[in-house]
Amino acid sequence: MPALLTIQGMTHYFGGLRAVSDFSYEVPKGSIYGLIGPNGSGKTTTFNLITGIYTPTQGKILFEGKDITGQKPYKIVRGGIARTFQNLRIFSSLTALDNIRIARHYSMKSSVASAVLRLPSFLKQEKKVRQESEALLDLMHLSHRSKELAKNLPYGELRRLEIARALATDPKLILLDEPAAGMNPKEVEELMNLILRIRQEFNVTVFLIEHHMKVVMGICERIKVIDFGETIAEGQPETVAKDQKVLEAYLGKRGA
Amino acid sequence: MAKLKLPKFLIAAAILYAVIEGLYKTELINGYILHIINQSLVYVILAVSLNLINGITGQFSLGHMGFAAVGAYVSGTLTTLIFKVTPTAPEGMLVFIFSIVAGGIVAAFIGFLIGFPSLRLKGDYLAIVTLGFGEIIRTIFNNIDYVGGPRGLLGIPKFSNFTVIFIAAFLTVVIIRNLIESSHGRVLLSIRENELAAELVGIDTTQYKVLAFSIGAFFAGIAGGLFAHLLQLAHPTQFGFIKSVEVLIMIYAGGVGSITGSVIAAFALTFLSEGLRIGIRFVADTTGLPIGGEWRMVIYSLLLIFIMLFRTEGLMGTKESRLIKIKEAE
Repeated sequence: MPALLTIQGMTHYFGGLRAVSDFSYEVPKGSIYGLIGPNGSGKTTTFNLITGIYTPTQGKILFEGKDITGQKPYKIVRGGIARTFQNLRIFSSLTALDNIRIARHYSMKSSVASAVLRLPSFLKQEKKVRQESEALLDLMHLSHRSKELAKNLPYGELRRLEIARALATDPKLILLDEPAAGMNPKEVEELMNLILRIRQEFNVTVFLIEHHMKVVMGICERIKVIDFGETIAEGQPETVAKDQKVLEAYLGKRGA
Repeated sequence: MAKLKLPKFLIAAAILYAVIEGLYKTELINGYILHIINQSLVYVILAVSLNLINGITGQFSLGHMGFAAVGAYVSGTLTTLIFKVTPTAPEGMLVFIFSIVAGGIVAAFIGFLIGFPSLRLKGDYLAIVTLGFGEIIRTIFNNIDYVGGPRGLLGIPKFSNFTVIFIAAFLTVVIIRNLIESSHGRVLLSIRENELAAELVGIDTTQYKVLAFSIGAFFAGIAGGLFAHLLQLAHPTQFGFIKSVEVLIMIYAGGVGSITGSVIAAFALTFLSEGLRIGIRFVADTTGLPIGGEWRMVIYSLLLIFIMLFRTEGLMGTKESRLIKIKEAE
């Protein structure tokens, strides 16, 4: 079975700095894969390249066998890749419900004219999107926050809201950029269950960046470790955790 | 189906219209006051449409009056120079409405042309480009002899009356309100909130920014046309940068993102500006103090500073009056 996401020899330079170097990876459908590495190793840049925020200097990104390298971000999202951000990018002065509804917008087929005239077809679509969005909030245990402005939500709920918003775009692949950042052990536990649950219920493939070893070891089926943009190890979590190069990257070289 | 219920905003507008018209007919308010009301209503169109660009979509435009100039000159040229209609002619009103709409469409088209390349810029940079654009438009009209050059386009028939302007302002508010309170409007808000996040939930942000810019320009063009047919001239100095800033002040004083705020501020600031003119003359006459019209702007500016100091979010913040807000079905 071909991989859902295939990255071939992806390299990206920021000026003279090589941020990502010869990155190749295959993420099969239905899997949970991880990307780890020390700070500044190029993990988020990799996500930015996959989602079209940057265009790779070299290499190719294939999604469902189609070349998506260099496409505009919104087109990549419409093609089925959604993401969350390391430092949350929530529409903070809008309600939780509106955050979700905006992500459902591109699936709507009502024109600006029908919105201005408030035609029945438009009202029907609005109602549909509202129901779908409310259902999604409900699944993420956020329905009690529906009308609350996003900026008033506690951190853990914001993380869930952002995942909900990503799911609202009907993705096939969801990229989670450090979903456990800033969470306490109980929240991390819930997050792991949530990730397993969304894979099941939304039929999505998960590719995540994480520092939190419990998450990585607990749910990732395969991980890739990068340092200074270079791949230093790849494989099953248990194998990678014992890898000498990985230990060096995280803990430094053993003294003589 | 329930009985057809008239929207409360329509009822409120109808009452307001009847009251003002009644006061004028019974001579409780004179032509001068009515003229200021007309001006206020034109400013309502300008402020609400600029709020769509600046307040809702978060794109800082300083060239709004440039689009008004396009509307004024295009519609003025059509009624005055091409069709040569007068208000007494039977087909006059139709030609006038056609001309006004044509002015709006040309303004929207220019908004589209300007918006496409410049809306990749953000914040201050966009402000500078739109500022430059506004001045270019003004300078172009200043140099076309056909429309009077620096003398301005004179002898425009007086088609704009209270009824016409009131209906135009009402429609502007309703159309922009309906747009904002739809999925499209939420998209515009999301661009203001976080453009990258909007792009990454599948929204073509460039397309929506250009859309907001063009719709804003359309209504600015309409307002410009109404102004020209109210003052019976279109003059390059009417559409300068300072005038764009005046509209900008209205949306900030009213509350960025609040249609209600823009409407209130358009009235309040237009009346304030005129009221100070009378007030200062009255004080000067009664006390004999040597203060003249130049003090008007001093007091006006001071009042604005106080609004911003004590109510930074503007009169309304981001709230809307219940009259304007559409209640969502539960």
